[in-house]
Amino acid sequence: MRGITKRFPGVVANDAVDFAAARGEIHALLGENGAGKSTLMKALYGFYRPDAGEIRLHGVPRVLRSPKDALRAGLGMVFQQFMLVPSLSVVENVLLGLPSQGWRLDERAAAAQISAEAARYGMAVHPLARVWQLSVGEQQRVEILKLLARGADVLILDEPTAVLTPQETRDLFDTLRRLAAEGRTIIVITHKLSEVMAAADRVTVLRAGRLVGTTTTATTSPQALARMMVGRETFDLAERTPVEQGPIVLEVRDLWADGDRGPGALRGVSLAVHAGEIVGVAGVAGNGQRELGEVVAGLRRPTRGHVSIAGRERTNASPLDAIRAGLGHVPEDRLGTGVAPHLSVADNLVLKSYREPRFGRGPLLDHQTVDEVARELIEEYKIQTPGPEASVEALSGGNLQRLILAREISAGPRVLLAFHPTRGLDVGATEAVHRALFDQRHADVGVLLISEDLDEILQLSDRVAVLCGGQLMAIVRPEDVTVEQIGLLMGGTRLALPEETA
Amino acid sequence: MSPLIAAVLAAAVRSGTPVLFATLGEIFAERSGVLNLGVEGMMLVGAFAGFVTTARTGNPWLGLIAAGATGAALSLIHAVLSITLRANQVASGLALTIFGTGLSASLGRSFVGVPATGFRPMPIPGLEALPLVGPVLFRQDALVYLSYLLVLAAWYALYRTRWGLNIRAVGERPEAADAMGVDVARVRYGCVAIGGALAGAGGAYLSTAYTSMWIENMTAGRGWIAVALVIFATWDPLRAVVGAYLFGGVNALQLHLQASGTGLPVYLLLMAPYVFTIVVLVFATRETARRRLGAPAALSVSYSRDQ
Amino acid sequence: MIHLERRRSSGAASAVALAVSIGAALAAGGLVLAASGVNPFAAYAELVSDPFGSAFGWSETIVKATPLIFTGLAVLLPARMRLWNIGAEGQLQCGAIAATWIAVFTPIGHSSLAVPVLLLAGMAAGAAWCLVPGMLRAWLAVNETITTLLLNYVALLLVDFLIYGPWQDPQSRGFPLSPILPPAAKLPVLIAGTRVHLGFALALLAVGAVVFVLKRTRWGLEIRIIGDNPDAARYAGIDLARNILLVMAAAGALAGLAGAGEVSAVSGRLQQGLSPGYGYTGIIVAWLARLNPAATVLVAILLGGLFLGGDGLQISLNLPIAVVYMLQGLIFFFVLGSEQLAGYRLRIGRRDHAASASHIT
Repeated sequence: MRGITKRFPGVVANDAVDFAAARGEIHALLGENGAGKSTLMKALYGFYRPDAGEIRLHGVPRVLRSPKDALRAGLGMVFQQFMLVPSLSVVENVLLGLPSQGWRLDERAAAAQISAEAARYGMAVHPLARVWQLSVGEQQRVEILKLLARGADVLILDEPTAVLTPQETRDLFDTLRRLAAEGRTIIVITHKLSEVMAAADRVTVLRAGRLVGTTTTATTSPQALARMMVGRETFDLAERTPVEQGPIVLEVRDLWADGDRGPGALRGVSLAVHAGEIVGVAGVAGNGQRELGEVVAGLRRPTRGHVSIAGRERTNASPLDAIRAGLGHVPEDRLGTGVAPHLSVADNLVLKSYREPRFGRGPLLDHQTVDEVARELIEEYKIQTPGPEASVEALSGGNLQRLILAREISAGPRVLLAFHPTRGLDVGATEAVHRALFDQRHADVGVLLISEDLDEILQLSDRVAVLCGGQLMAIVRPEDVTVEQIGLLMGGTRLALPEETA
Repeated sequence: MSPLIAAVLAAAVRSGTPVLFATLGEIFAERSGVLNLGVEGMMLVGAFAGFVTTARTGNPWLGLIAAGATGAALSLIHAVLSITLRANQVASGLALTIFGTGLSASLGRSFVGVPATGFRPMPIPGLEALPLVGPVLFRQDALVYLSYLLVLAAWYALYRTRWGLNIRAVGERPEAADAMGVDVARVRYGCVAIGGALAGAGGAYLSTAYTSMWIENMTAGRGWIAVALVIFATWDPLRAVVGAYLFGGVNALQLHLQASGTGLPVYLLLMAPYVFTIVVLVFATRETARRRLGAPAALSVSYSRDQ
Repeated sequence: MIHLERRRSSGAASAVALAVSIGAALAAGGLVLAASGVNPFAAYAELVSDPFGSAFGWSETIVKATPLIFTGLAVLLPARMRLWNIGAEGQLQCGAIAATWIAVFTPIGHSSLAVPVLLLAGMAAGAAWCLVPGMLRAWLAVNETITTLLLNYVALLLVDFLIYGPWQDPQSRGFPLSPILPPAAKLPVLIAGTRVHLGFALALLAVGAVVFVLKRTRWGLEIRIIGDNPDAARYAGIDLARNILLVMAAAGALAGLAGAGEVSAVSGRLQQGLSPGYGYTGIIVAWLARLNPAATVLVAILLGGLFLGGDGLQISLNLPIAVVYMLQGLIFFFVLGSEQLAGYRLRIGRRDHAASASHIT
């Protein structure tokens, strides 16, 4: 089968990229964040129309105008954000929109069929379970089943292992191999070298929108791939000067909490953050990190345990209590939680501090002072905006984060909770955020860093706490462990490690 | 069962039927993700159209069809605004109520006091003799029987057909449905139209079966009660029956107390159905929060593929 | 393929859209009128000339606009916080009840304190009536749209109960009317020879107060933050429940003030039809004013004129006042539609994202 050839010049995203995948192979599309991998596949899938270049399926040039076209042409894509309806069952999700059925909906009959199909590829599913009850790995399997039910023979998976444990990742690759063995084409978008070497037959590397090369995994090595991906031998390790550890500024003891999905999101977690250190919380998404952050910030009540901020007991604190206790919080969802999008930059900069006496007497708000303070912060933190009165909507992701950091840091917190602070940011903005976190560390602030980016955690943290299933697996120093060991911890394996006292 | 209780229960069924129609209709609309607060307006327009057609043609079934058609037509205004133009659904629904109320009252002025013969009670032989349920459920008029069938049809359609699956998906996560090839707009238009037709039918019941007359504002807020009952019913057609007949019961009881001359002031009794609905709403809200059965996740959120 | 593409709506485009939509609404309404045998041109001519064609007409328009400013604010303020107060009608009635009680059934009604006290009583009653749904929303997350509305019916029944029963004027020969309010309880007239009363001045003050609160107080900032992004408000430590209660109480007070004013200055007694639906029209006022308090004055005058014209049509062309409702509904529809269209641009061609850099990964 003559696979897919695609060329289209940038726009920044893809610059004259050629890509070909053959029947029966697992082909990895490798590159860093921002290399253009997803864009390339979205162009294939009909989301975008390439500005130039052509796509051929089975040797025939095709024009795909929408994802529905792509589905009909036999392509199937599993996105990072699953397209599942949470309140419906697995069967219902698979049957949704399936062309070949009649008007009746018979769940039981379909359930048997789906189980059988899933078993063929080594996937375990509960057909009648509601999707919201499933783990992320199971949901991913449902997505794959949906595509198989529509007869997809080219499967594209976008960063499929980002949310899986190592065991689930192994199961997924097993499934993919079985699918490929039947003649399907599997394309995996990823930035993880180890997976490419383990699972793929061939790999194409993109960098900054350009094609670097295509090779077989048999004839290459992780180091060679890394070089192609990054353009240099190794990453720069952040300079971490030792800082005196101060007193404990944030402590949680035996913390238990329920999550949105059900009880037991946090099970007896205890850890402490000292002034002048960065503690990273590592773990696969959905293992309690969010709940931990929410409890500390006062946005969720724990069912058991204690939280203390700056030495004072703050269990069951409201968000206002936490703020008053000296907690700064850079939230996970910038636009959704961190700012009021239609209000001005100035309003957002005083979002928490407007209660301070300097901003007005009694009920009144002193506009002058707000404006002055806003201008100072804009200048100091280099927020690119037409002015304090401009609406926040127009700010880019990086500037938005600068605004949030400006707000949180200028309040002089004792503890800074940073939640996925560099998600979706480009390289420059990411560096700015990292620098800001380091500065806080130097300024004797305790930083609790929660992030899905393991590299970021390892780079920045003095100590790393690993969560799995709501439990604290271990607290280690990045220098003392390997990535594999952390991966195992994230996957739930307890290791014998030199234990750090929390 | 004593004849008195049977009579009150039968009156409860009659009183609850218009609300049942409207509630079922609104369930479809909301299940597909569209909040339609124009139910009151559509009921009034339906009541008017149903009455006029019945009076002019002498055939209440034609009246029913006219009512359904007008209700659906009116609801399409809301559909265009909410679905295609993505306007605020609460505002659009309110506009529909205001418009429908005004339209029906304006056009209906010359029909106040005009006589018409509507649906008459149609006892079902055999079934009406059943103990307990017979006198209550099977000595009603044709529209009530129609409502029984509608409940079952609605339940079946929603849970046992592809179309119902599409509706549920569109109301929960339209992006997913869209990605799987479901025409979100078409499903929503259809459901809003059904909602309008059923609301109109509910109104027609008031003017051609429950009574045979037209009075301005004769629904007296039943459309709003239907919206509240949708929440009580947790968007399920079978539970809608419970809510509607409970409301009907309160109403029938209150009427009975008025008629039987207890000392209670008339107006305080008349308040009962509204206060009852508020109480019901409080309990329903707490219950849906506690269980995982909630509103369709995409309710009143406009959908656009650009987002 | 034609599709709509979002663009920033300009102020000018919005103003034009508003004017066009009102015109379109009147045209559509004209069709309905014609269909029911009325000459639309005659009707519209009167609709415009009655309220705006003479000085007296203007004064009467202002009299009608006064409660509309209050109810418009009563809907607007909660709407700034994403709350829907559909209960302004009932809150207005409660304000009227409280004012009547003070004026007729207490000695204060005959004293020099009558006016201020009855106004305050009206505010308190309206606030209380709106606080019930407010508390249900703040503490039990019960949808306030439905609860405020259901209480309208209860309030109207309460008025009926009083004027058919214990408060019925013995001299009214069986008609449902309360006794006439004593002279001391009548709101002073602002412009001699007209019915323009103190309420109008108070309404303008209320507008100023709302503008001030929103722009220059901490409370106003909290309201704006909650209205813009409730999640961010929570994250910032703002107490949502407290703000809901405050805003609903304030809104109810404003609507109650309208009721007190109407019963004192316009009708002179508690009766049916005290309000031809000012509470519901308040929703339209708030919307047409785009939730901008200062704009409510102009919109209220426009819609007040519509009511006045409708009154005239009742007499001259024998049209029910419901026609005004129909026209209001149509205006609301067209404004909603045009707002959306003004925010979009018609594009012919393929929907394409290749040029948008924000989707790059």
